[in-house]
Amino acid sequence: MPSRNSGRRAGGTAAEAVAVALRAMTSDAAAGSRRAASRIGDAADAAGLVDIAYGTVDTPIGALLVAVSRRGVTRVAFEEEIGDTVIELSDDTTMRVLRSARGTDEVRRQLEEYFGGRRHEFDVSVDWSELHGFTRKVLRETARIPFGSVLTYREVAGRAGNSRAMRAAGNALHANPVPIVVPCHRVIRTGGGLGGYGGRLDRKEALLRMEGSLL
Amino acid sequence: MALHTLIGMVDVESPPGRGGGGGGRAEPARAGSETLRPPPFEEFLESNRTAVYRFLLASAGPDADDCFQETFLSALRAYPRLRDESNLRAWALAIATRKVIDSARSRARRPVPVEDVGEAASSADPAPVDANDPLWQALRTLPPRQRAAVAHRFVLDLSYAEIAAALGGSEEAARANVYQGLKKLRERMGNDDAFEE
Repeated sequence: MPSRNSGRRAGGTAAEAVAVALRAMTSDAAAGSRRAASRIGDAADAAGLVDIAYGTVDTPIGALLVAVSRRGVTRVAFEEEIGDTVIELSDDTTMRVLRSARGTDEVRRQLEEYFGGRRHEFDVSVDWSELHGFTRKVLRETARIPFGSVLTYREVAGRAGNSRAMRAAGNALHANPVPIVVPCHRVIRTGGGLGGYGGRLDRKEALLRMEGSLL
Repeated sequence: MALHTLIGMVDVESPPGRGGGGGGRAEPARAGSETLRPPPFEEFLESNRTAVYRFLLASAGPDADDCFQETFLSALRAYPRLRDESNLRAWALAIATRKVIDSARSRARRPVPVEDVGEAASSADPAPVDANDPLWQALRTLPPRQRAAVAHRFVLDLSYAEIAAALGGSEEAARANVYQGLKKLRERMGNDDAFEE
């Protein structure tokens, strides 16, 4: 190792022997640190140091990302959106965003129960803090639609205070940051058509079928 | 921002990034700000975990996992206040160094092992370094600053300036710590059959 400098030279071969022994002792650092690093999220969550905890849950409509802020569920993302969503959440580095099973435990469990047919209502708080105005009203109303029933865009717009604002209601639903938990899939067209769904129409169909709203 | 300033922030609680009233989301601080921002914490963790762990294996031995967790939890505590992305590795190593010194001190104060804080080492995992490992037996007799200096020098190949930054002292002191540590280590190893080739 020719690039090693003074300290090593002064110590001569004995220093070299120390270096070799220490290197052997620490040779497992990559794997060991991966193990140790994977525990940081849960430890940080236990210490109250996580602003947004995220985790994934496997469901019949694909893996879902769930993110939980100090206020509640702040994001549910479908499989193909997971990578981008984590990047987006992590972008504000004043927020401590960590993967943590502990911090997402409750919502992941409830989603598993929902997809297992054992739960019809989510009992988690939603982080509404970034939702404002009509969007917030629409999503609040949507959150009240019970399992197994549907409303039209017009009806939801009306409940939110303006039955003519169907397009605005549609946009609000399309931008729903917490699909499934706030069941925007339960809003359909007046004529019975499914309408749109941010998370792909086949998922909306699958969810409605699962809830018995669609044969 | 100077490294010592960053290090000084390590234990500061409730950083200003926290939203007031109800402990919710923080306001994004980067709007209109020209300041360089550090990478997301998980990126910082990923790019520094191996160096920190390598250092801790040699300087904290069987306590490497606990020190690792304490290091990154301290870093996480300070992280929302960081405004400079330069030298994050040096910052991480400085925190780790202090954890090694602190853990040696608290160990000296209470020689009877107490239950470890946190969930670092689950009982299923073997200790990262066997407490009876002859090299660790030699290392643990060194004063923690010397042990840390030797690990920085011979495990991470840090320069004396970098070692000084991590130890929080002068370059001369860093040099002396490496020299003294190496000398003692050689004596211990020389007296131990386990090291005979």
